[in-house]
Parts: sequence; structure tokens; C-alpha cells
Amino acid sequence: MDECKSNLLKGKRGVIMGIANDRSIASGIAEAFINHGAEIGISYHPALESRAMKIAESTGASFAHSCDAEKEGEIASFFNKVGQKWDNIDFLIHSIAFADKTYMKDKYSDITKDAFAQALDISCYSFTEAAKECAPLMKNGGSMITLSYYGAQKFIPHYNVMGVAKAALEASVMYLANDFGVDNIRVNCISAGPIRTLASSAIRDFPELLSWHRTHSPIKSNTTIEEVGGTATYLVSELSKGVTGEIIYVDSGYHTIGVRSPENKAPKQ
Amino acid sequence: MDNQEIQNQVFAIISEKLDKKVSEISEKLNKNVSEISLMNDLGADSLDSVELVMGLEEKFDISIEDEKVEELKTIGDIVSYISANITTKG
Ligand SMILES: NC(=O)c1ccc[n+]([C@@H]2O[C@H](COP(=O)([O-])OP(=O)(O)OC[C@H]3O[C@@H](n4cnc5c(N)ncnc54)[C@H](O)[C@@H]3O)[C@@H](O)[C@H]2O)c1
Repeated sequence: MDECKSNLLKGKRGVIMGIANDRSIASGIAEAFINHGAEIGISYHPALESRAMKIAESTGASFAHSCDAEKEGEIASFFNKVGQKWDNIDFLIHSIAFADKTYMKDKYSDITKDAFAQALDISCYSFTEAAKECAPLMKNGGSMITLSYYGAQKFIPHYNVMGVAKAALEASVMYLANDFGVDNIRVNCISAGPIRTLASSAIRDFPELLSWHRTHSPIKSNTTIEEVGGTATYLVSELSKGVTGEIIYVDSGYHTIGVRSPENKAPKQ
Repeated sequence: MDNQEIQNQVFAIISEKLDKKVSEISEKLNKNVSEISLMNDLGADSLDSVELVMGLEEKFDISIEDEKVEELKTIGDIVSYISANITTKG
């Protein structure tokens, strides 16, 4: 695909949390933001440092700091560092999720209390905490975005506890939008179709999910990180002024499907 | 695609993902390339293996089931799995 460039985000800067490697949705967003003129800083999980640093370099991020969202105080200290570098920011991208792979197969109800708490903590609470720490830095208003999946709305085989975590995350978008609306901060969510990434490889039978989506979606192809980057660009730009608390689907239209068309045959990737 | 061609492409993907030259390692360890172990000889961790599998799936247009991934321990395992599962096309 031709690279799309503009000055749409010129003068805007902010942070992107959750880059693991070049397949990460956060990397697609980082690339798009740079192409449209933004300045970005990133946070990465310490276990993924060498991978994330490669993307930080290739995209031209202004800084990259480690931040383990599960560890008490790390999100606050990350935003502390951001505040020392930039006294004002315009956007926050939260692209972080985790659930123990053991429970991303078989039944949802196999989950344990500890594994449930961990999944909800890292995949949902971390966005609330990041929003809270980040809002004071958005002195001229701003845009916050998190990433979800349709498993928040409907049953998806093996998505299990992550579906429950995403449902909580989508609900928190509504509450955060109301908390920060007075400060002219918009909070939205992109619900992306399935994409092969490190995180999604933890889901049992993921390739089948990919093929099901591209077979039965109105647009017969799988979602790409570039497509997500495009919508994220819109949501951070002034073009989306007035849009908040929204769940936007970047999923080839899959969420509109009730029953599959009988003539649908799986196209090649 | 014949075995040699598959092997060359597998080498290329491994070198890219693991930042290691397969031929150099094979010489250093004095081991036949097909016996080189991803974990023990190339030092691949579980994240590396996931990335490698994604790279292979994309390159050869196949899908490797989770249960199978655990059985792919050496370069030889990978090459023979791909030869057996690749759909022959132009
Ligand atoms: N890939 C898909 O099919 C898909 C679809 C819809 C939504 N999403 C969502 O998109 C987001 C990004 O996932 P991705 O698919 O790009 O995979 P990814 O593996 O590239 O990204 C997940 C990120 O979460 C980070 N993370 C996990 N635990 C963390 C912790 N304790 N502290 C800090 N960071 C932590 C990882 O380091 C990684 O960077 C996730 O919220 C995911 O649920 C993914």
C-alpha cells in the first residue's frame, strides 16, 4: 500500500504504549502518526526491550521508556518522565493486553481468581490508570484511544477472559469520556478485526478466526495495522472533534454480520 | 518449490528473526544444518519461536497449528513440515 502522508497531526505529540515488534497494532499507529507529522514517545514492557527499541528507532520516536503496567507505580513514573520531557501532550494510545495463555483455550469458566484479576488489571485497569496520570499533561485538551476486539460484545471461541476484560475496557471508555470531557479530552476505542500479532498468537486456533473474518466480512480481507493506524490518526486529529466515548470498528465490517452469506467462500489471504 | 529452495528460505527467515547466520553456526558447532536446534543452538526463546512461526506462515502461505509448533525443534523439523504442508503452486 502507498504510504499516506500529510500534516494532519503536525504540532501534536503524545505517547504510544504497547509496541512489541513490527506486527504490533501500536507500531502501525506509530508509523501512521509519524507519517502525518506527529511526534511520539513510547513505552514498552521490559521483556520486549530489544524488540521495541528497533521500532522506536525505525519510526523515529523521540523517546522510549520501559513500563510494566502490572507493577505498582510504573505507569505513574512513566508519565512523570513524559512530563519532564514534554510539559504538554495531545494524545495517549493504549495498546496493552495480557491474559495467561493457559486460559485462552477451552472454556471461559476454567479461569482462576488470580488469572482473572491479572487479565483485568493489565488489560483494563492499566488504561484507566494511564488516563488518570496522563490527563494533567493534556493542558490544551487531547485524545485518548484504547484497543478492543469484538469478543467484548459477542462470544468468540477461546477469547474467554479477554472478552470479559475488553467488555470492562469498553465500558471504562464511556466513563473516562465523561470524567475528562470537561477538560476537552476525548476518549475513544478502536475495535480491530483479528490481526496476527504476538498477543493474538496466544489465542488457540487463531488462524481459523482470521480466515472466518475474511470470509464473512463485507470487505473480504483481514484487518491490517495500517488500517488501524488510519482511524487512530483521524481520532487524534482535529477532524474528530466532538467525537468521544465511541467504539469505532476497524474490522472490514464484520460486526454488521448476523448470518453468513451462503455463497461466501474463503478467499486467499 | 523443492527442498533446497524451502531450506534456503527458511534460513533467510531464521537469520532475519534471530539475527543469526545459520551457516556460521553450523560450521562453528560442526553440525549438519538440519540438526541445528532452535532453542539449544540458536538460543531462541518462546517469543522468538512465535515470531518465527508467523514469519514462516506468511512466507509459505500455510498455517501451523499450536500443537505442531512444539514439535518443531530443529531446522530439519521445520523444512520437512513445510515440504509436507505447502500447497504446490507456481
Ligand atoms: N491482534 C488482534 O487480533 C487484536 C484485535 C483487536 C484488539 N487487539 C488489541 O490490541 C492491543 C495490542 O495488541 P497486539 O495485537 O498489537 O499485540 P502485541 O503483542 O504486539 O501488543 C500487546 C502489547 O501488550 C504489552 N503488554 C502486555 N502485558 C504488559 C504489561 N504488564 N505491561 C506493559 N505492557 C504489557 C506487550 O508488551 C505488547 O507490547 C491489545 O489490547 C489487543 O487486545 C488485538
